[in-house]
This record gives sequence, C-alpha cells and structure tokens, in this order.
Amino acid sequence: MKTVTVICFLALFLLGLSSLRPAPENRRLPARAKMTLSEYGFFQGDMAEQQPIAGVLPYDLNTPLFSDYAQKLRFVQLPEGQAATYRERDVLDLPVGSVLIKTFYYPQDFRQPEQGRVLLETRLLLHEEDGWYALPYIWNEEQTEAQLEVAGGTKDIAWKDLAGQPQQLAYSIPNMNQCKGCHVKNQQIKPIGPTARQLNRNHPYADGEQNQLVKWESLGYLNSRPPDDELPRLAVWDDPASGTLNERARAYLDINCAHCHSAEAPANTSGLLLDYYQTDSTALGIAKPPVAAGRGTGGNAHDIVPGHPKASIMWYRITSTDPGVRMPELGRQLVHEEGVALIEEWIESLTAE
Amino acid sequence: MKKTHLLLPAAAFFMTFPAFSQEDVQKDLQTQFVMAEAGEVIEIPAGHFTLTKSLWLDQGENVTIRGAGMDKTVLSFAEQTEGAEGIKVTGGQHILIEGLTVQDAKGDAIKTQDVNGITFRAVKTEWSGAPKETNGAYGLYPVLCQNVLIEGCESIGASDAGIYVGQSKHIIVRNSTAHHNVTGIEIENSEVADVYNNVTHDNTGGILVFDLPNLVKKKGGHVRVFDNEVRENNHANFAPEGNIVAGVTPGTGILILATSDVEVFNNRIINNRTTGTSIISYYMTEQPINDKLYDPYPKRIFIHDNLYEREAVEASDQTRTGKLYRDQFKFGTDVPHIVWDGILPEDALDKNGQVKDQYQICIRNNTNASFANLDAQGGFQNISRDLSAYDCTRQSLEAADLALEDK
Repeated sequence: MKTVTVICFLALFLLGLSSLRPAPENRRLPARAKMTLSEYGFFQGDMAEQQPIAGVLPYDLNTPLFSDYAQKLRFVQLPEGQAATYRERDVLDLPVGSVLIKTFYYPQDFRQPEQGRVLLETRLLLHEEDGWYALPYIWNEEQTEAQLEVAGGTKDIAWKDLAGQPQQLAYSIPNMNQCKGCHVKNQQIKPIGPTARQLNRNHPYADGEQNQLVKWESLGYLNSRPPDDELPRLAVWDDPASGTLNERARAYLDINCAHCHSAEAPANTSGLLLDYYQTDSTALGIAKPPVAAGRGTGGNAHDIVPGHPKASIMWYRITSTDPGVRMPELGRQLVHEEGVALIEEWIESLTAE
Repeated sequence: MKKTHLLLPAAAFFMTFPAFSQEDVQKDLQTQFVMAEAGEVIEIPAGHFTLTKSLWLDQGENVTIRGAGMDKTVLSFAEQTEGAEGIKVTGGQHILIEGLTVQDAKGDAIKTQDVNGITFRAVKTEWSGAPKETNGAYGLYPVLCQNVLIEGCESIGASDAGIYVGQSKHIIVRNSTAHHNVTGIEIENSEVADVYNNVTHDNTGGILVFDLPNLVKKKGGHVRVFDNEVRENNHANFAPEGNIVAGVTPGTGILILATSDVEVFNNRIINNRTTGTSIISYYMTEQPINDKLYDPYPKRIFIHDNLYEREAVEASDQTRTGKLYRDQFKFGTDVPHIVWDGILPEDALDKNGQVKDQYQICIRNNTNASFANLDAQGGFQNISRDLSAYDCTRQSLEAADLALEDK
C-alpha cells in the first residue's frame, strides 16, 4: 500500500501537477509516458517472458553496441496502419507514434542461457509529435514489473561467463539524460540501431526465419525500400564470414562510437569521426593528435598509430575501466575483450600512408 | 543523509521510493537535474556531498544551479564510477552555475556543451593533493557555447587547463583565479573573447590563446587579454603526454599559438622564468597538419603597455622547447620576455619585400620588455634580440559583448 501511495506522489511530481508546482507542465516527459512498463501492454502473459503482443515485432542488429556483456531483446511497435520509410544510411524514418523497446538482461550462465536470466531494465524510445523521448524502466526483484526511473540506478548482478567463470558487476542503468547522451543527433533524441544496414539480416520469427527488412515490408512496416541487391548490409563484428577485417572493425566502431563520434553528435568537438561512411583518414583518427583528451591519451600522441595498436589512444581508451579515460564514456564498465581484440587486429593491419 | 531533507521537497518523494543502491542524495540531485523545468532554480545546500555519477542537465531553459557558496557546497567526485565529468550541461540557454565547489572529478569538473548563455559565478573546481597527471583535464570547460561568462571563479590542479573555453563565441573570463594547473586559462578555437582582471599563478603556463586543426569550429580569434596578473607560472608540466599542453614549457606567461587578432595589454607578467609572452605558429608543436582549412600562423598580434619583470634565472629545460632554450638559444639568465618563432608563410612578403600587415607583429610601450625572434624557420641560427622592427601599433579590438550577460 505504501508503495502505491509513493508511486502516486511520484506520478504527480513527474507529471508536474500544477497545485504542487507552479511551473508549466513538465516538458521532460511525453503525455503518453507511463509510470510502469506493464501499462503500455507491449507483452502478453508473464511480462518477464517478454512475449510481444501482435504488432510488437522483435528484431536484431548485425553488430550491436557492447553493454557490459548484457544481452538485449529488441522490439518495435509502429502506429496502426503506418510504415517506416527506408533510408539508405540513416536510421529508418519511423513515424510518430512508434516505440522502440529494448530489454537488458543477463543469463545466469552464458553457457546455458535457457537455465534462467535476470531482466535489469527496459528502455523505451517513444516517437512523439515534438520528437523522440527516452525513458528508462527498472525491473523489480520479483521480475513482475519495471518502473520508470528518470534518475537511473545501479543494480548488482552476477553471472557465469562463457568460460564458466563467475562475474559480477554493479550494473549501471542510465538516467534520462544519459539515454540521450548516446541517442542524440543535432541535440535531438534519435534512435541508433535500426538502420537498413543493421536490420539487413535474418531473424527467427515465430512463423519462420526471414530477412528482417523483407518481413517489415511484408507486414506493411516499411516502404520505399530498394531491391534486395541494393540493400546495404553491415558486417557482423565477430563473424569473419560476414565481412573483411576492415568491414567488421568499422561496423564495430560505427555502433560503439559513432553515436557520439560523428559530425552531428556530441564528440564532434574532438574531430574524431568514426561513422561507417567516414572516409577522411585523419577524422578516423589515423595519425591524428588529440584535442581535449586530457589523461585519456595514456601518453600516446595519436588516436590511431597504424600498425601499433598499443601506441594508439583508441586502444588505450577502449581497454581502460577508469571513468575519466574509458570509451565509450557511458554504458561500459567492463573491457570488451573480444571487441578489443578486433580493434587491435585492425590497427595492426593498417599501414602508414 | 540528513542533508537530503534540505533539498527540494518534491524530490524527497524519491527517497522513500523502493530502494535502489544509488545514493539518495545522488538520486535527488540527479532527478532535479534531469527534470529541471524552464526557470527552475536547483538549490544545493551547504555541505559535503559525495557523488558517484555525473550530474547532467540537458536542454535547460533559464535554469540556475546554485550552491550555498564556494567551499560551502562541495560536490566531491572522488568516488565517481561513471561519467567523464562532475557536472555536465548540454544544450539549452541561459544557464547559471554559482556558489559551489566541484572536487576530484574523474574527467572534467564542469563541462557545458552547445549552450547559448552559460554563466559560471563563484564556482571552484579543484583536484586535491599535489598536482598530478591523473587529475582531470579541465576545471571549467564550456565548449561549442555562445555567450560564456566566467567570473569570480577559482580553478586548481587541472592536468590540462583550469579554465578552458573551447570552440565558443562571445566570451568573458574575469575576476577569476587559476593556479597549480598545467595551464591557467585557455581560449581555444574561440572567437571574440575578453580575458581580464584574472590572476594566474603557479601553473605551467598562465594564459594560452590558440587555434588547433581538425576541429568542427575551425577558426578562433579576436581575443583581448588585459589587466591580468600572470606571475610565477613555473610549475613542472604534469600533463599526460600526447596533449597539446604537454608541450608547454614551465615558466610560460602568455602563449599565443596560431590564432589571429589578439591584443595583450596592461597585464602584469611577472617571474615566468621561460617566457613572458610567446607568439608562435603551429609548426612549433611539431604535429602534422592534415587540415586543409587550418591556418597555422598567428596574425595581427598586438602586445602593448604590459609590465614585464623576471628574476635573473635560466629558462626551464623541461619539454622540447625547454631543451632548445638550454642547448640552442643559450640565453643564460638573460631570457627574453617576449619571443616570436619567426616563422612566416611563403607569401608573407609583399612585392616591396615588406612583411604583409597581417603577419606584422606589433610590440610597443611595454615596461622592461626584452625580445627575441627565434628564427625557427632558419633553424634557430640567426636569433635576433632587436625589437625595433616590431615597433608599430594596431587598431584596438572592440570589447567582447555578451547577449546574455545580465541574465
């Protein structure tokens, strides 16, 4: 009962009840924001099972962002009768009313994921008339509900990794601004993942495996797409069959770095631009001196020293766990050993011009 | 935890919300930052608060973040586990941060980006203990901002710059103190700035004005540096290698690097052992230039009516430039107050063989100013101590105006 009361107070506060707060309605939350995840009705049955209702479609990406080894379940919901418009490079143009849903979890044992998992948070991106909103929901211990928590939080989590080693982490759930910290382009909130190149892959749907873009089109979720052979496809970072070393490394940098390190994003101040279509070698960091890296340089002179990963600032920062040094700044406390190995191999392969 | 009750009553509802491991104070403050409405004043009471994550305000409109005073409201980030800055402000306009101290942030103390109208008043940023390489880079760090006012602030211990205004436009830095940083005040790729009535002491370098290549905002300039006290900036350079400021030689007073329209006047530039005022091109950094839009030469520089004093000591020999002072320049204890690297572009001379106006450095009416043209272009072979070729004047620059100064 106490919890219910508190939630009511919280709701009143968050929605800016005029009698409590003289300021106009809090513009930080959209009108359709709910205090709990269940209120949206995205899932059927036991919500922890994450079984979507009809119209909420699961999807995957070719090369996802590394998030401290957390696993992710992704879903999209489009407004009735509306479709996304194809974009060659940018994220698909999702209509107002769309929702992107992403649930973060850890299997208790990565070797036997079917043995059980812990859901930590579900992040929503809501597309409203005045733009996108990012909302973090934190799951309760009972795994029955997730609550909106604008200030984010921390959850202790333990698991066994693929080698059977016990791991633990004070997992960090972003606050609302941190969500935007990555999901930002020209200061506006934007989705990152669902580009054509990321979605161009097969997905095991309930009614059979199918290419995601083809599926979206068949459901009326996507229009204006070009023929199959003109669809871009991002390499899968850890699957050598999917692309060359360079393609896989650039795919990895694209999803892990370019949300900030691109011309219209916050780390443009650094001049280091790592988006997939970047062709300027200096912008990519090759023989580029840092601008405001501070102790993030690790004593190194250039972002990338071709042939010498360990003399490169990039390598130093992706192998650091120090909050003032590590990259990405948000969403990573652990070193992504396999990702580091890929970047190491890539820098090793580069030659000075 | 008692202090929590002094925070906004509305935020107190969060305290009784089902427990998460995040500290209550942290959560109260973070919630206020995240949810700040137009015109909101976030009051942080006196006290010492330990925070583990950055406090972040995004797209604020007329938002004030107000402590009970410098050294009274202390936000310590010594236990920080996440975030590359103590306080972060992104976007929005008319933001005021005043009356608080930010300590021991893991990265920058306060970073503000893409804000139109950002004021720092009576804000202190510090890294405790002896200055060291592991300190954060910047104390006050507005970048890509417009209408920046920094006044009555104090910055201590930054491993790059205590006060760093980067890629911004319309700037006033005044009545502030920066000490025991690698550099006290830096104005970088920024336009229309007044830096006055500040004291920079015991940094490696006092005040730097410069333009770097490869940046979004390509060009800075129109910077007035006046009425400052720039003294005893002789601290060992503790910047991590790889940073541009790691090349700043201890004992640097004012450094003008590869930027244009800089007027330095009425400053007291005292006992900076290596150089009172240096005017150099980007070539002196020995870094490659791959940016076709970048202009590596200082232009239209005017140094006048400053007071220079120094004790008869040798220049520092730390950094590559310091080693040149020791091995090549051999000034002994007669170290010039003002130096120019002497590097000019190929087209620097007009058809009469005269240096074109934009490259003509003017140095006039200073007290005690000794000089050297280092002839870097000629391999430092013909160093000239003759100041007469620089005895000229320039139109004074107009004062920097801030559209939002009287917020």
